[in-house]
Amino acid sequence: MDFSVIAKYLPLYEKALLLTVRIGWMGIFLAILIGLLCAAAIRFRIPVLSGIVKAYIEVFRNTPLLVQLFFIYFGLPKLGISVDAEHCGMIGLGLLGGAYMAEAFRSGLETVEVIQRESALSLGMTERQAFFYVILPQAVSVSVPAFVANIIFLLKETSVFSAISLMDLMFTAKDLIGLYYRTTECLFLLVVFYLIMLLPASVLGSLLERRARFAGFGE
Amino acid sequence: MVEFGLLQNFGFDVLFKGSNMLRLLQGLWVALRISLISVALSIGLGLIVGAVMTLKNPVIKAVTRVYLEIVRILPQMVMLFLVFFGTTRIFGWNLSAELSAVIVFTFWGTAEMADLVRGSLISIPRHQYESGAALGMTLPQIYRYIVIPQTVRRLIPLSINLITRMIKTTSLVMMIGVVEVLKVGQQIIEANRKASPNAAFGVFATVFALYFIACWPISLLAKQLEKRWKDA
Repeated sequence: MDFSVIAKYLPLYEKALLLTVRIGWMGIFLAILIGLLCAAAIRFRIPVLSGIVKAYIEVFRNTPLLVQLFFIYFGLPKLGISVDAEHCGMIGLGLLGGAYMAEAFRSGLETVEVIQRESALSLGMTERQAFFYVILPQAVSVSVPAFVANIIFLLKETSVFSAISLMDLMFTAKDLIGLYYRTTECLFLLVVFYLIMLLPASVLGSLLERRARFAGFGE
Repeated sequence: MVEFGLLQNFGFDVLFKGSNMLRLLQGLWVALRISLISVALSIGLGLIVGAVMTLKNPVIKAVTRVYLEIVRILPQMVMLFLVFFGTTRIFGWNLSAELSAVIVFTFWGTAEMADLVRGSLISIPRHQYESGAALGMTLPQIYRYIVIPQTVRRLIPLSINLITRMIKTTSLVMMIGVVEVLKVGQQIIEANRKASPNAAFGVFATVFALYFIACWPISLLAKQLEKRWKDA
């Protein structure tokens, strides 16, 4: 291991990390948004829309992100829908994550038993109050473990962005290995930078999970 | 004629030229073969590692914990690079891309499977063992008639889900140069660039559909079993 080489490559990896993190978090934000909307559409049984949403969830949960990105980035432009690589990465991650998030939120809402709503109503709460004060808090606490797992999963999935020639960490590592043949140093930096990105998320995630567990029902 | 025009505009026509569709399916099989081998190895090894993880030995606990955390945090793609580019460089051996993929996916799948096995084993409450003992059952009988049937019911839907995850993750092998369905798709598009400029849409839509057809029935099965065994 040659540390002068590592010092030389460091700025390139930093740039790549920033790009990965930026696209990753934008994608995750989009995923949460899509997930909430989809879960709401299913929960409130909005006619046509809930059917479309269910189909969307099945399709995106059962295909790999790499294939989705190829389809969006190389396939869709043939229909006249062109997106640049960065937005393609965000949208791809958002669509994939949206399907997973929707499942997490939906199953959270489903585990809250009907009796909870009925009890709230019999106490004189309105539908709206019952939903926001009784059902939602319980649903959220049930959804948290899946939510955290999804975020880690999506952050890891960002590693396929290099396939649509985004200059992310994988791309940088592969590029440098190809150019200078410093395999050991490049891979070492790759692992270190992924740890920098994922360790804090993992630690924060388990903290959040532990906090949410106290709100659990019946434990 | 109209239909043919549609096919051409969306680039589906290349699929019917020569043996292109067959080549795509062969590419899919390359990916599926890697995932099936890894799934089989992971389930076998995962059962053993998972059972070992329930032991109270602190050393075993620490080692398996570290193993799980590594797998949980490192993207599979990074592990592929480490094995395919890293170990070959450091140890000087020769690994084919497919073998590296099997090694990585087995390493990853075993950890996931072991975690599922451990989770299902410790989810059986103590009183199940004690009630069995109170009825005069021997330890093998308790396992045979009480613990294992309940564990298996919790485990099977989860491990079926793991299979679909492994199939989806196998698409990454393209990035270390395995010629699987995506790569074959790219080759077909390149070869027909002039004759069928819209091939990218048709081919990648087909690959999309192929993966869905491979994974969806398995997911449905998992969901069905989960629903059926929920109350048991």
